[in-house]
Amino acid sequence: MQYLALLYTDPALEPAYGTPEFEKLMQGYFGFTAFLKEKGAFLGGDGLQPVETATSLRLRGGKVETMDGPFAETKEYLGGYYLMEVPDLDTALKYAAMIPTAEYGTVELRPVMVF
Amino acid sequence: MQDTVARAVEAVLRENRGRLLAALIARFRDFQLAEDALQEAAASALVHWGRAGLPQSPQGWLLKVAGTKAIDRLRRARREGDKAAAAALLSGDEAEEDPEMIPDHRLRLIFTCCHPALDQKSRVALTLRTLGGLTTSEIARAFLDAEPTMGQRLSRAKARIAAAGIPFKVPEPEDWAERLNSVLTVIYLIFNAGYTVGPVAGRDLCDEAIFLARLLNELHQGDPEAEGCLALLLLTHARRRARIGADGVTVALADQDRSLWERTMLDAGLALLDTAMARGSPGPFQIKAAIAACQSQSPPDWRQIAALYAGLYRHEPTPIVRLNQAVAEAEAGQLSSALAALQVLAEPLADYQPYHAAAAEYLARAGQTGTALAAYARAIALAASPGDAAFLVRRRDRLRS
Repeated sequence: MQYLALLYTDPALEPAYGTPEFEKLMQGYFGFTAFLKEKGAFLGGDGLQPVETATSLRLRGGKVETMDGPFAETKEYLGGYYLMEVPDLDTALKYAAMIPTAEYGTVELRPVMVF
Repeated sequence: MQDTVARAVEAVLRENRGRLLAALIARFRDFQLAEDALQEAAASALVHWGRAGLPQSPQGWLLKVAGTKAIDRLRRARREGDKAAAAALLSGDEAEEDPEMIPDHRLRLIFTCCHPALDQKSRVALTLRTLGGLTTSEIARAFLDAEPTMGQRLSRAKARIAAAGIPFKVPEPEDWAERLNSVLTVIYLIFNAGYTVGPVAGRDLCDEAIFLARLLNELHQGDPEAEGCLALLLLTHARRRARIGADGVTVALADQDRSLWERTMLDAGLALLDTAMARGSPGPFQIKAAIAACQSQSPPDWRQIAALYAGLYRHEPTPIVRLNQAVAEAEAGQLSSALAALQVLAEPLADYQPYHAAAAEYLARAGQTGTALAAYARAIALAASPGDAAFLVRRRDRLRS
């Protein structure tokens, strides 16, 4: 099955760019990406620019409405994702627990719909 | 004749439902399909067994026919363009098994039903429905839910297993302890529901829980926590006839008529607890069973019980464990330290009936009658059963006079 792991974090709780903590965090993500690749489970994954850069859009009555900001104002924001190919939810959960986000944010696992 | 056949089908299903469902789910990986196919097979059995008599292996017959019915359903779905059905058909066909030899996949079934990705109430309901063989309406009644609500809960849980990719397998060794605890918690919740509500329409959830705990121990032998859980249930259940007096009022442990305790069940529980502890790997269920064992001694060793609750707190740091520790301390004669502990628990346990009952009891012992009466009023208002309420009213009236 394919699972999308959505990485939600509170930006206020993330270590600042350039600090040793930040460096350690990034190493954690690189390590996890390498692990997924080694397992043949990596389909994709990226970090996202900060939530301030978000632009949201919807069509209402045929008119495009654009909004400066994310879909919803919350404390934790989508900060990145991994797309994995694994046999089942147990494996997905085991892998997701290895993502650094799990330690200071929340990882949401969503099975990808198959058509 | 038709009555005899109906009874025979019912008996075979009651005895083998969990095993048949587990075999069908192992083959088709679909809870709903397995359930529907088994129900259809049972309906066929009513017709065929009435005509040709009982087959040599009734459960083998049911499994074979249910397998055919499931394949029919999948073929129909495939014709309607369902790709998942086509895939299931392929793997289902491959896994054709000898119906005379029904493999036992119930351990996998237990772990799937109690998977932490399902909410706890659904785990309980699904376990009772698939392994205990209770009907949806029986489960609804036991948990004071409307039948359609419970039906929806069960369908949602089955759909979620398929959609979320919850596997039909026994957990990996590194996940074993945590996942087993989830299973044992479900069994314990079932037992507690039976303990609070009592038998409903001839179904005793306490018996169901003991059946499940026994089954788990048969399917996976030598696990100290699974043994501890069964020991706990046996030790508690052995006292059930003494727990409620002839007038329907709950009887405190110290006042119970011990001749009403079931000695054989009690001894079985104690022996099992010894076996578990000898394995040298303690856990929360073994500690709870040890507490139940201490409580069955006359008089109970309350110091030891307080120490066991302190040990349990390391596994389950909850205010309820602290409350029980305070009660044991009070019974051991450490009334002032127990009252101090109760004070701290007032806020987290504000809506917990046993908290107010304990506070009332020990405040009364300390001579604080006014505060004790207020605690009784709160405990009576929160009582879960009429027997508990009557017990508390009796204690309160004794304090008043």
